Amino acid sequence: MAQQAGRRYLRAFVSGFFVAVPVTVTVLDRLAYVARVEGVSMQPSLNPEGGSEDDVVLLDRWSVRNFQVQRGDVVSVLSPRNPQQKIIKRVIGLEGDFIRTLSYKNRYVRIPDGHLWIEGDHHGHSLDSNNFGPVSMGLLHGRASHIIWPPNRWQRMKPSLPPNRGPLETEDDD
Amino acid sequence: MTAEIVAKQFLEAVRSKDLLWWLSGRSEHTLVDMFRNVFGKTLGILGYTIQYGCIAHCAFEYIGEFVVLSGPSMEPTIVNHDIVFSERLSRHLCKIQKGDIVIAKSPFDPNMNICKRVIGLEGDKVCTSVLSDLLKTHTYVPKGHVWLEGDNFRNSTDSRNYGPIPYALIRGRVCLKLWPPQSFGTLSESPTKAIIKSQSGSNSD
Repeated sequence: MAQQAGRRYLRAFVSGFFVAVPVTVTVLDRLAYVARVEGVSMQPSLNPEGGSEDDVVLLDRWSVRNFQVQRGDVVSVLSPRNPQQKIIKRVIGLEGDFIRTLSYKNRYVRIPDGHLWIEGDHHGHSLDSNNFGPVSMGLLHGRASHIIWPPNRWQRMKPSLPPNRGPLETEDDD
Repeated sequence: MTAEIVAKQFLEAVRSKDLLWWLSGRSEHTLVDMFRNVFGKTLGILGYTIQYGCIAHCAFEYIGEFVVLSGPSMEPTIVNHDIVFSERLSRHLCKIQKGDIVIAKSPFDPNMNICKRVIGLEGDKVCTSVLSDLLKTHTYVPKGHVWLEGDNFRNSTDSRNYGPIPYALIRGRVCLKLWPPQSFGTLSESPTKAIIKSQSGSNSD
């Protein structure tokens, strides 16, 4: 009797396992992903204190399935330098924009097709497009939609461009 | 007399109520049963759809997928409309090697995929000159990037045009050719001089 019950329990466990794992993986891949933000590169939007407690953000993966982002969105991108690592930055320019760079080799850059210009909010302490240039849209991983961890900072993240950053307007008007 | 009428009404009420209750109880029962049946079946079908959908997603995302290739850039190794199996494991484990044929997202259009051969990994010295150039130019592949070239040197848009691409754009390694049947088999061996040269060069190092 006990053996039978144990076998039934094991079978239920295995079948539950085969349901739970694929469903979880699919949800994390397609719908939403939760990630901890490390480092100071996005101060003051994320990790405002720095060091003591890391923010946890909800990454919306469904909204970037067609690679559609706006300027000012905070996005997570697979690092072009290290494929195992993800970086979280703010989108400054989309394809076709002209950008005044901060410390890139060229002063002005036109973003090629299918690329993004991303920068951390904390200039000078961020490894971003000013180091490695425009990143390919195919590296896009998710869009940070909410800060969920320190509960007192729970909020929806709105797209906002930092002052005097963004594409040069004259090119759009012509 | 009044008592008689009251008693009659009461009895009728009881009878009718009884009947109503019996009727309602019965119909409710069958309705609930039907509803529960339909609801349960729908829920079951939905659950199975989600479950198998998720399993399919995991299989395609982490094990491998079947791809129909089009375009001339990999001739003669792969010709137009061949069907190949591309496995995803070696990409997730970072086991892509020189000489592998990979499928990657195009750096300029994320909805398009390209199929090329890996010529150089990070830190390798590669020849960047297009065939028409007289002078040979060389460059080093930067960190986290790979150098891709098509086997069809004359008719291929690849890293010689747009430079190295990030490793993370690679989607999978083509390991098996399934269609047409006469050319069924693995694709590991092959190709043009450049790879043989670079592979022998890497072996001798």
